[in-house]
Amino acid sequence: MANLAQYGDWAYLIGAVLFILTLRGLSSPTSAVMGNRYGMAGMALAILATFVVAWPQNPNVLLIVGAMVVGAGIGLYRAKTVPMTQMPETVALMHSLVGLAAVLIAVAAVLHADSSFMYKLKHGSTLSRFELFVGCFVGAITFTASVIAWGKLSAKLAAKPLKGAWVKPVQAALFLAMLGCGGWYFIYDDLNAFFAMTAIALVFGYFWIAPIGGGDMPVVVSLLNSLSGWAAAGIGFTLGNSMLIIAGSLVGSSGAILSYIMCKAMNRSLLNVLFGGFGADAGAAADAGDGKEKTYKAGSPDDAAFLMTNADSVVIVPGYGLAQARAQNAVKELANALKEKGVTVRYAIHPVAGRMPGHMNVLLAEADVPYEDVKEMDEINSDFPSTDVVLVIGANDVVNPAAKDNPSSPIYGMPILEANRARTVMVIKRSMATGYAGLDNDLFYLDKTMMVFGDAKKVLEDMVKAVTGGGH
Amino acid sequence: MEHAIPFVSTFTVFVLAIFVGYYVVWSVTPALHTPLMAVTNALSGIIIVGAMLQVVPITGNEITPTSILGAIAVLLASINIFGGFAVTERMLDMFKGKKKKQ
Repeated sequence: MANLAQYGDWAYLIGAVLFILTLRGLSSPTSAVMGNRYGMAGMALAILATFVVAWPQNPNVLLIVGAMVVGAGIGLYRAKTVPMTQMPETVALMHSLVGLAAVLIAVAAVLHADSSFMYKLKHGSTLSRFELFVGCFVGAITFTASVIAWGKLSAKLAAKPLKGAWVKPVQAALFLAMLGCGGWYFIYDDLNAFFAMTAIALVFGYFWIAPIGGGDMPVVVSLLNSLSGWAAAGIGFTLGNSMLIIAGSLVGSSGAILSYIMCKAMNRSLLNVLFGGFGADAGAAADAGDGKEKTYKAGSPDDAAFLMTNADSVVIVPGYGLAQARAQNAVKELANALKEKGVTVRYAIHPVAGRMPGHMNVLLAEADVPYEDVKEMDEINSDFPSTDVVLVIGANDVVNPAAKDNPSSPIYGMPILEANRARTVMVIKRSMATGYAGLDNDLFYLDKTMMVFGDAKKVLEDMVKAVTGGGH
Repeated sequence: MEHAIPFVSTFTVFVLAIFVGYYVVWSVTPALHTPLMAVTNALSGIIIVGAMLQVVPITGNEITPTSILGAIAVLLASINIFGGFAVTERMLDMFKGKKKKQ
């Protein structure tokens, strides 16, 4: 058996290397497919190795196989059927599963400390207790926080942030109570304290995410991605399993980098997103804006289609509204129709467009938009002045020029897509309502801007008809 | 079976893995950030190893609360593993699909 366990560690090493190659593969869409296969191979290897290590004459192995088959069935079914518009909430739900699994493992380990296989926690070993309680509370927070994020993303819970002066003190009190119980468990090895800590961590997860608004979800989802990794790493420490530690750290740093990229794209710090109460400040600032009555021009889809057909170049700026209206196929139809008329069509993606990192890219990929046509913010910003028409679909703050030239604006300093520098701007929006940040957008009132009101999908389909039919 | 691994060596692995993750993830193209999240979800499913070890106690074959909790954790982690890799594959096919058409 000791020999087999040693082989197990070798298998874990190979598995860990395969996991690194998985992430490395994602540097381009062509190598990513192979990378994903490496990941599967690494995972299969790790599971097989664990089976070999765990096998000896044990009927409980059947329990593992049974649970795995059920889980595989649910997972594969979900993966095949989920629409790409629902990816953000699906990802959030998956984070919550990792969190819950971490809690269950930690509780299981505590309950059965002496007989758990390969379990190195000995009573009196404070170091292991520390690892255990970190793994457990990170897992517990990840679990409830992800469930709340999932609820907000899938619109099952009100996306409206929880507000009030009492929120921050409650957060702080829960957090301190959680650490207190953890400390108590750490010092006195009192199981009740361990369970109290887990319960408080679960409640804290709720109060942590509930005050955060929908537009900040790209940061929250990335952060929970990171936390789920750290939870796995924490469990890895408890079990002394390097495969868990390595995989957990890879995931943890990946999520941390994504959070950083998202925060930078909003010109805000992580602390500001998590505890800033952004919505409230922005509302005040919007009220303080110039009281002048501002006028805007509205146009029909036909007018817009006419202008685009006669343009040389069109840049499409998609936002969350595109996902909400499930208009990714309609937008691609429009692009194709315009291309047939000899118009150059490209897409400009802001890093925080949508509800998770890369959300827009996946939607456009689903609609079969060529990868080469989709440009990142830095690639395309210099092209706007020479662009004839920018078509903004359900995006607002990411094209708000106030971020560049109004120092009193709450989003001042946030990098934006400089749609205002194009010759003509068209905005598809449901109404003149303000964006997530509660800010008015000067872009909508420019002389060269035309507003097209309506559901994005409907409007785009009308445009396609006008371009193909009325093109003479 | 239970080799006492000094804490510092596991911690070394931890710190080095964070650095590897840091440099590898910066090279991921922004267009693939959603597949990145999906595949890291699958990778977090590695926690299944910990869950499996909970199901199988060292002594005795009986089903205990620990093994039940472990089995539930195995179930949750397998959803992540199979679902995560499958949905990543599906998304990557979309990105690859139109490459061919070009």
